[in-house]
Amino acid sequence: MSSLLQYTLRIADSSLILGQRMSEWCAKGPTLEEDIALSNIALDLFGQANGFYEYAAELDGEKSADDLAFLRNEREFFNHQIVELENGHFGDTIVRNFLHDGFNFLFYTELAKSKDETLAALAAKSIKEVKYHLRHTSNWLIRLGDGTEESNPKVQTSLNNIWQFTGELFEMDEIDNELLSAGIAVDNASIKSEWDNIVNKTLKKAKLSRPEDGYMATGGKKGMHTEHLGFLLAEMQFLQRAHPNAKW
Amino acid sequence: MAANADVWEVFIQSKNGLAHKHVGNVHAADKVMALENARDLYTRRNEGSCIWVVKATDIISSESEDSEAFFDPSNDKMYRHPTFYNMPDGAKHI
Repeated sequence: MSSLLQYTLRIADSSLILGQRMSEWCAKGPTLEEDIALSNIALDLFGQANGFYEYAAELDGEKSADDLAFLRNEREFFNHQIVELENGHFGDTIVRNFLHDGFNFLFYTELAKSKDETLAALAAKSIKEVKYHLRHTSNWLIRLGDGTEESNPKVQTSLNNIWQFTGELFEMDEIDNELLSAGIAVDNASIKSEWDNIVNKTLKKAKLSRPEDGYMATGGKKGMHTEHLGFLLAEMQFLQRAHPNAKW
Repeated sequence: MAANADVWEVFIQSKNGLAHKHVGNVHAADKVMALENARDLYTRRNEGSCIWVVKATDIISSESEDSEAFFDPSNDKMYRHPTFYNMPDGAKHI
């Protein structure tokens, strides 16, 4: 697999898996209004994933975008581990998405300057959506953190639990470095300080404390995943696996 | 929604320069949430260029039992309509 293909799949996979997680909220949202907001975010993410999969299919030359989404196994998915974490309660979802949205917003902002014109165009198209996602999750994080005696400790616990999945976002491996020197990839390490600013500012408003950096989970980009991804794929891919080439 | 959520009336401006039109309402606990909920519920199909949200309790409405006093007196005042007046022959461009 070419480096560019794997790089593109990483982006597509993170969008698809987070989109699938958000779609799990459909009809289970805490309120009617928020249910629709969460489903809207799922649709935005599927749209982004679709763009990157179409490009990946073009680079691959054999598999279609649907094949890539529905016919690959767990170890062949290269998403960040943070996006596959279970939804948990609403606060867990907000924390997970907030941490990832902050990264995604900065990542797409940089990727929009890529020398690869397709990646740059897909990124530019995604920025507006992700900006809104970040705004939505930031506002909820502030509301929950600066909320009640029940909501503050609950969301602080979510933050403490999920923090270990933030390290992977800023890692650079040989594929990142190879494409970075070609002017294609984003220097993930370079957006860390801006991410810190976004996170610190929001946590302060939310009256939450930033967890210490301790053990950091890693491996998603190489196909190593938490125990949650297999279950997610089983549900997401069931139809295409049971009825190959089924169409609507 | 939870007991601490208010009803907010939503007004959407479809294009710059046009009046904001009432489209419905949303539940929300604060004004930021009200605006985001309105965006998510009422502008999914490219309906708007601007959104207003107003707390329903902040809208002062006339009462139906007052409608006679409020609106009937204008019924018999035909002279408030421009068509009541005959145009003088000499007036042009009206």
